[in-house]
Amino acid sequence: MDDGLLRVDQVTKQYGDRVITRVLHGVSFDLAPGEFAALVGPSGSGKSTLLHLLGLLDRPTSGRIVLRGCDTAGLGQRALGAFRGRTLGFVFQFHHLLPAFTALENVMMPALAARGRPDQDMRRRATALLERVGLSDRLNYRATDLSGGQQQRVAVARALSMSPALVLADEPTGNLDTESGDQVFALLREFNREQGTAFLLVTHDPRLAARCDRVIDLVDGRVRSDRRDPRAASGGDRPAGPA
Amino acid sequence: MPFEWMVALRYLREGRVQSLLILTGVAVGVGVIVFLSALIGGLQDSLIQRTLGTQAHIVLRRPDEMPRTLIDREGGAGITARVERPAQRLRSVLQWQQAMDAIGRVPGVTAVTPTVTGAAFARQGTANRAVLLRGVDPTSFQRIIDIKARIVAGRFDVTAADAVIGVELASALGLTVGDKLRLVAPDDRSDVVTVRGIFDIGNKDANERWVFVSLRSAQTLLDLAGGVSTIEVRVSDIFSAEPVAVQLTAATGLQADSWMRTNTQLLVGLRSQSQSSVMIQVFVIIAVALGIASVLVVSVVQKSREIGILKAIGTPTRRIIRVFLIEGALVGLSGSVLGIALGAALALFFASLATNPDGSSTFPVNLTVALFVRSACIATATGIVAAAAPAHRAARLDPVEVIRYG
Ligand SMILES: Nc1ncnc2c1ncn2[C@@H]1O[C@H](COP(=O)(O)OP(=O)(O)O)[C@@H](O)[C@H]1O
Ligand SMILES: [Mg+2]
Repeated sequence: MDDGLLRVDQVTKQYGDRVITRVLHGVSFDLAPGEFAALVGPSGSGKSTLLHLLGLLDRPTSGRIVLRGCDTAGLGQRALGAFRGRTLGFVFQFHHLLPAFTALENVMMPALAARGRPDQDMRRRATALLERVGLSDRLNYRATDLSGGQQQRVAVARALSMSPALVLADEPTGNLDTESGDQVFALLREFNREQGTAFLLVTHDPRLAARCDRVIDLVDGRVRSDRRDPRAASGGDRPAGPA
Repeated sequence: MPFEWMVALRYLREGRVQSLLILTGVAVGVGVIVFLSALIGGLQDSLIQRTLGTQAHIVLRRPDEMPRTLIDREGGAGITARVERPAQRLRSVLQWQQAMDAIGRVPGVTAVTPTVTGAAFARQGTANRAVLLRGVDPTSFQRIIDIKARIVAGRFDVTAADAVIGVELASALGLTVGDKLRLVAPDDRSDVVTVRGIFDIGNKDANERWVFVSLRSAQTLLDLAGGVSTIEVRVSDIFSAEPVAVQLTAATGLQADSWMRTNTQLLVGLRSQSQSSVMIQVFVIIAVALGIASVLVVSVVQKSREIGILKAIGTPTRRIIRVFLIEGALVGLSGSVLGIALGAALALFFASLATNPDGSSTFPVNLTVALFVRSACIATATGIVAAAAPAHRAARLDPVEVIRYG
């Protein structure tokens, strides 16, 4: 089991001290290396919350999150940050590029933040990634001078810059028109096939969900269904866990 | 360029208006500090220079010649005041040549000269003036007090039966270079000398009373054949004069009075002036620090989105703290460069407003590299300290909040 990429075990999350909001009620599932999974569900069902927990940006109220065999509950704040930098990549709905920096600098930023100073290797890798997402002519554009689709492609390049084992994407196409959204989705898929990077992406678009290898349906903080073959579209209630 | 510097510089450039605002604040603060320090430093230096222009740093004499209490009671009156008291027979410093050798070996001593100093009268026709006879060896005395620079007529030449007198005495007795003058000791020994030079030492009392003659003339007139009444010393660091004086007493057994001891009131005055200047500087620094801190806090709030993203992509908290500390240090340093230029320009302008007849400024200002370096260091340190609170605020920011709400 520990040779898996990610194991989520009875994870709950609640907010507040006096007025307690329970958002996740014991979520469990596993993710294998190289899997390309969609996380779907109605708005407010806890998808973003779950992603933040998996992204080690926040800690669960109870339950365990095991990443590459390492129980993350045992890690301190600093170790979590380092672990996050090495293992995970993020793509957010609102692009979240650093507006004061160029596309190239944005893509270099995770490596720069981890290692402290730039080197030729970082620059080469960031340039190659931006070429790969079709932005070789926009390397030195300010993030704010790019279109929404272009910004999200920079964000994808940034998420992949540290060669993460798992990329967490929260509605990466949510703010894009259909064409740009399809482009970004296609990119994610290609990176998944070429480099074996695992993806867990939140989407509201059933078209995109249908093109994933697996669909995890979250409703009211519980996994309602976890289907390996979404094209069958059976809607059955298979329990979480590897088939 | 390291990550922290790159981000700090970019943010400073991005927030142009804010950066300019802090920079101006720091520049004005540092300008005030530099201007004030230059002015007060210049004033104090010129006061000390004026005092030391007519005084050796340390004067040694026989311990029993003059009870210490008398000097203490007289405070800062100096050599000239002592002669006002009824003349007593001068007694030579014992084995003064050996004492001079011993003094010369004490670290910090840069020049030593033997002098014969005593009261006498100067007579010219019917005019009669009480004077202070200063029997000196001109070459070594010149290293103690720069008389040559103060000569207004003739030369500082007291080799044989010569005298060099002050401008006030010259005009009181109607003397010019080349004239003869009779010097009379209290016991009526007398001698006729030729005026070789006239000095203006910037001190009315000295200009009125000092008469430089050769050591031999003074020894003869004051009945001190082969002896000297005092040994005068110059030290490398004027503010070490007192400790050196203590060492000299230990080395020679002579009574050693430093200029610091004979001018305690002046020093007390200077010290309290320095203290009030430090107080003003402290308040300026506090104001500058609050200014930097408040602008940086605003910029942290404005940048919370970016800080959240930086954290989300794995930037260690310590690096984020460093970004803001660097910003503080940079505005402190660059603001201080502007402020130093501003303060220096203001000080020089002030100094140029009024000048003495000889071209020197009435408001001497003391602009030194040390002052500039000190101001830059203070401003940089202030910037870093002021940035500490905003930096920790940034460090505490929760990236989830930022990501969730865009
Ligand atoms: N910090 C918080 N405090 C209280 N409730 C929160 C907090 N964050 C999220 N929630 C609640 O958790 C629920 C799930 O939110 P979210 O994970 O964003 O859902 P989704 O991404 O599926 O739309 C929502 O009802 C939201 O109001
Ligand atoms: Mg959401």
